[in-house]
Amino acid sequence: MPVTTIAGHEIHVDDEGFMTEYDEWSEDLGKELAAAIGVEMSDDTWGPIKFLRDDFKAEGGHTPTLRRVSTVGGFDTKKLFEMFPKKPAKKMAYIAGLPKPAGCV
Amino acid sequence: MKNLLVLGGGTAGTMSANKLRKVLPSEEWTVTVVDKDDHHDYQPGYLFIPFGIYQPDEVTKSRRKYISDDIPVVYGDIDRVDAEACTVSLVDGTVLPYDQLVIATGVTPRPDQTPGMDDEGSWYVDVFDFYTHEGTTKLAEKLRTWKGGRLVVQIVEMPIKCPVAPLEFAFLAEAFFTQKGMRDKVEMTYVTPLPGAFTKPLCSSRMGHLLTDRDIKLESDYMVERIDTENKVVVSYDEREVPYDLLVTVPLNMGADFVARSGLGNELNLVPVDKHTQLSKKFDNIWALGDANDIPASKAGSVAHFEVEIFVDNFLEHVAGTPMTGAFDGHANCFIETGYGKAMLIDFNYDTEPLPGKFPYAGVGPMSLLKESKLNHQGKLAFRWAYWNVLMPGRPMPIPALMSMSGKEVPVS
Repeated sequence: MPVTTIAGHEIHVDDEGFMTEYDEWSEDLGKELAAAIGVEMSDDTWGPIKFLRDDFKAEGGHTPTLRRVSTVGGFDTKKLFEMFPKKPAKKMAYIAGLPKPAGCV
Repeated sequence: MKNLLVLGGGTAGTMSANKLRKVLPSEEWTVTVVDKDDHHDYQPGYLFIPFGIYQPDEVTKSRRKYISDDIPVVYGDIDRVDAEACTVSLVDGTVLPYDQLVIATGVTPRPDQTPGMDDEGSWYVDVFDFYTHEGTTKLAEKLRTWKGGRLVVQIVEMPIKCPVAPLEFAFLAEAFFTQKGMRDKVEMTYVTPLPGAFTKPLCSSRMGHLLTDRDIKLESDYMVERIDTENKVVVSYDEREVPYDLLVTVPLNMGADFVARSGLGNELNLVPVDKHTQLSKKFDNIWALGDANDIPASKAGSVAHFEVEIFVDNFLEHVAGTPMTGAFDGHANCFIETGYGKAMLIDFNYDTEPLPGKFPYAGVGPMSLLKESKLNHQGKLAFRWAYWNVLMPGRPMPIPALMSMSGKEVPVS
């Protein structure tokens, strides 16, 4: 796995730049990752990101689906599309330092 | 006498009941299966029905016939599980006590979960699923006389049963229209909530061309909000509209409603279990096998099969009060129909993405991994026989339950 440096932190990432080590993540890093894809973090945007982090840990290493972020996390899907335009599932995973949502193939 | 109760007589339920009955002493344990009816469908066969490759009556058999004679089958709708009292109540009032419970009631497509999808006048008129016997049969009738137009193949949200089936459907449909001489009259779009039709690096680089080669448009990261059946458009949360003349949808997949009523499920009525043992995270005597659980593996018959192999020994250790030594790895093995008499084969688990190579024997195969071949297609068709005659009775298959790296080529990065 490639190693990259963001905001002075050395992190492990996959080929698309998604972090691969859960514990290397910090809020500072999250902010930098968000900025890198044009998202400015605010109280509103931190809500779903923190849900993703907690849910990933509680569910044994599985990035929650968009539907789960809405039905379990309680975040409005339309708003998620506004906060993380076009690709909310992928963008949220990127900022939260989690694997991107993937199928089996 | 102790009771093992198995809810569901499909792939996982039938295999686990048959295998455990063979190894549990009959003077100590009863094994009972509960299901609502006597129709056991070979679900992989649904894919072929719309194109006339299989007939609807070729995929259904009697559940009873495939469950060992010394296992009683109780027919009825399940009302709820009382996990504290260790009983299962049926809607007709029957109460069945258990010492160990296996939930193997699978998942069902739920068109009612997307506004507009099951509207009268469009459901099974120009909107179809192909994951139910009724849906695939009605879709076959529709395709027989369809004159062409915009065909949209759309997935609501993961996880779904047989996650490659919508792609297979698209490939088979493309070949079907070509062979009927009407490909130029059909505009095809594949709509997925995932970031692409293929999301794993190797699959993406080796199979990604299949959609463009066959002129199938892709709409990705698509979260459907509703189906506007009046104007015949699929509408997403970010207001992207995909018009259709024929919509083949994969509705949200959910576990059985009794799982929710019993307080045993997550938001999709899937039972949260340990991903290596399939033992409930909440109750020490409840297991969930096959599609009914929440493990991050494909919802597929092959997963149910490999999982049951590991489960049987774990179950015996657990009821004997000893630590479980088996650990299921999420192994899946799936043929992917690509049309024109060819198919691919993929073999993977929780940690290893589908890799190219040979299967099951290194260098020899005879199957090819992640590569189209006629033999793979023949393998898929032959599998129906193996399902009924080898898998269901619990006979050994010449494929290891845990994924093997033998024959796989690991790319150098």
